[in-house]
Amino acid sequence: MRILIFLLGISLFSCQSPDLKKVKTTGKQVEINKQIESDQEIEDFVKPYRDKIADELNTVYSYTPNSMYKNDSPYNSAIANMMADAVIELGSPVYEKRTNNQIDAVLLNFGGIRSGIDKGDITMRTAYNIMPFENEIVVAELSAKEMKELADYLVKSKGKHPISGLKIQLNADGKLASYEVQGDKINDDETYHVATSDYLVTGGDHMNFFKKAKNVTVLDYKLRSLLVDYFKSKDTIDISSDDRFTQKNKHEKK
Amino acid sequence: MKRSDFIKTGVAATALSTSGLSLLSSFSKPDQQKRITILHSNDVHSHIDPFPADHSKYPNLGGAARRMNYINKVKAQNPNTLIFDAGDAFQGTPYFNFYGGELEYKVMSKLGYHASTIGNHEFDNGIDNIAAQLEHADFDLISSNYDLKNTSLDGLVKKHQIYDVGQFKVGVFGVGIELEGLVSKDLYKEAKYLDPIEIAKDEVKYLKEEQKCDLVICLSHIGYKYNSDKIDDIKLAKATKDIDLIIGGHTHTFLEEPQVFKNSAGKDVMVNQVGWAGLQLGQIEFYFDDANNVQAVESSIAHI
Repeated sequence: MRILIFLLGISLFSCQSPDLKKVKTTGKQVEINKQIESDQEIEDFVKPYRDKIADELNTVYSYTPNSMYKNDSPYNSAIANMMADAVIELGSPVYEKRTNNQIDAVLLNFGGIRSGIDKGDITMRTAYNIMPFENEIVVAELSAKEMKELADYLVKSKGKHPISGLKIQLNADGKLASYEVQGDKINDDETYHVATSDYLVTGGDHMNFFKKAKNVTVLDYKLRSLLVDYFKSKDTIDISSDDRFTQKNKHEKK
Repeated sequence: MKRSDFIKTGVAATALSTSGLSLLSSFSKPDQQKRITILHSNDVHSHIDPFPADHSKYPNLGGAARRMNYINKVKAQNPNTLIFDAGDAFQGTPYFNFYGGELEYKVMSKLGYHASTIGNHEFDNGIDNIAAQLEHADFDLISSNYDLKNTSLDGLVKKHQIYDVGQFKVGVFGVGIELEGLVSKDLYKEAKYLDPIEIAKDEVKYLKEEQKCDLVICLSHIGYKYNSDKIDDIKLAKATKDIDLIIGGHTHTFLEEPQVFKNSAGKDVMVNQVGWAGLQLGQIEFYFDDANNVQAVESSIAHI
């Protein structure tokens, strides 16, 4: 009886006040797949944007007789070497105009090679696939001490990062055996001009030595634009892995 | 279609089904059961087209035109639907490189998005580009923990927004990730990052206590979970109260289903994130019923 009276009282009250309260929550993930039809209005709207891009991306700039992937070989790969060499070749003249200095070395990051290149035509799409991001090339002025830290970093990460202007050899135990910049050993009084990306120069990928640079020059040149210019300048790109980063075999140790 | 429905059953529903008080349900008119639907995406990264059919990981998945179709279907079933994004709409396909975000924002507008928040990749062409692209957005850009006073986004980005959905008020605020070390300073310029938890507490207080919102939703681009002290959605959920839903992004986390955590007041808060690239949409349904009925049911349990 007490319950009935209580409920009656409540029901009268609730009829006056339609105050609503959250009583239940459900949730799910919906996969967007081919079972869902495409909306024609969106299709029609996007098409001209898509077509314009396709036209430009399919423009053929160059040709490669070999496919290049970043895991092709240990320590240095053709595609990494191509990227780093391109930065010296096309970045150094820009840097020289600004500062009267040349780029001594290049260090990019392995993770930044976003795609490989299949053998055959090289197009603008190739450049977008390798480098979809907007990263810019910068040049950091490093002391000999920081150059040694850079080498330690490369030894620890066992290469594969795109480098140019450097020559590194590990002994059979994986320790640094020799290290050269532009063919010379590190000179303690020298300042080195090292090109990298605006991401890495702020210490990205734990490249903390870049944070100690006494000067950083922004080239206002996107890495992707540089790659496009590089492809445009070559009929054929035939690059392979080389001796810029190597390790002595066990039997050479003796 | 994959359906992994999560159902959080409230006290009221449990009481009704287990106590056998069928008398009670007759007091609640069926049309008083109301529902708000939330559809959400994150980290779409300029993926306007589906992945190609020969893609190794996501063949023929995603696509804005399909997303539009699904949104329309849901809206037809429930006009009380809100559509949100948790940031990083920009960067990832040539659409961004060629058009700078114009197409992403135009398409989101056509899809009927109500709001998005600022992801770190929104800064990829500079903070001034975000301001420029907002011209193409018919939705709100909401960020509560970036102080944008001395930037071109001042006045263009909202700290919060309240959406009237049927008879309900849905309050939305947004939190973004620390930019220093992640984005070049010359891109974010004078934008200042403020502590997401403190800001969230202020926003919730305003939206819930002052504005009496029926739901409070946080659009977050801080990331789902870090095994460090770094603030994430789970820590945010636990450290605050009165947030009903955190729509996350940044870590590209594919959750099997939306997750539920206890907030600082011991109440449930749902956290969801749907990977990236528009491969999925999150769909959350909030059911409402007469508050007095709910209390009656709760009281009657005590009496019985």
